[in-house]
Amino acid sequence: MIKARVTVTLKNGVLDPQGKAIEGALGALGFDGIGQVRQGKVFDLTIETADREKAEADLKAMCEKLLANTVIENYTIALD
Amino acid sequence: MKSAVVQLPGLNRDRDMIAALTLISGKAPVTVWQTDTEIPDVDLIVIPGGFSYGDYLRCGAIAARMPVMQAIRAKAEAGVKVLGVCNGFQILLEAGLLPGALMRNASLRFVCKEVKLEVVNAETAFTRAYGKGQIIRCPVAHHDGNYFADAETLERIEGEGQVVFRYAEGTNPNGSLRDIAAVTNAAGNVLGMMPHPENLIEAAHGGSDGRGLFASALDVIAA
Repeated sequence: MIKARVTVTLKNGVLDPQGKAIEGALGALGFDGIGQVRQGKVFDLTIETADREKAEADLKAMCEKLLANTVIENYTIALD
Repeated sequence: MKSAVVQLPGLNRDRDMIAALTLISGKAPVTVWQTDTEIPDVDLIVIPGGFSYGDYLRCGAIAARMPVMQAIRAKAEAGVKVLGVCNGFQILLEAGLLPGALMRNASLRFVCKEVKLEVVNAETAFTRAYGKGQIIRCPVAHHDGNYFADAETLERIEGEGQVVFRYAEGTNPNGSLRDIAAVTNAAGNVLGMMPHPENLIEAAHGGSDGRGLFASALDVIAA
């Protein structure tokens, strides 16, 4: 079994109103020097295979087809 | 003209849409379920608003991968008119049938109010009952209606007349780039819009500004 983590983040240049609100809230809590906050998503998956190459290829297809909207988001894949 | 309304778990504006289509065309639309792989022979397919699949993952993302969307894609490619309103717009974007994406409203708030729309392109199959530059009233109700596309896409769709409605008179409720409220595909037979024209079609609604959209698409424009 392979464990994988997919991280989906907004592309540069895409406005992130939620990140902005979090940025403001951190400032209100007294945290100084916050440059920018960008909110993203993390998916932890387990895949029933020992074939890491296939798992990676499948994960890439999953990202392209569903997990990320590549119009606005980038993704990274990490295998355990 | 015959029409169809798509139904999916979590869509809740389907009844309003069926009522509007029935009133304006004089014929009740057929309904199509998410697992249907064939759509009857109709002139207009409508994906109504709501919260398909609880807006999980991204608004419209799961619905866009349901079997019925393959059938809709085939119909759209064959030239059948497809209209997506609100969540329907989000679904069409997620399915890749329209350019761009819809983000969380800039205010981070759900907005439920009336806005003004400028008819930017009155030559589409959905807007020919209106005049270019005409300002109409229309209700909106959404949390993720903030239209985004990269600079190159924006230039292209503006140049090709694919921006059909713009929020007017300072009523942009969500931070959409260039006040964009509705876009079509390159062929012009697929339209997505955040506002709800089906909720402003008769006196009881307080106006009928939305009627022209259905009159155009259903070909019931008075001579």
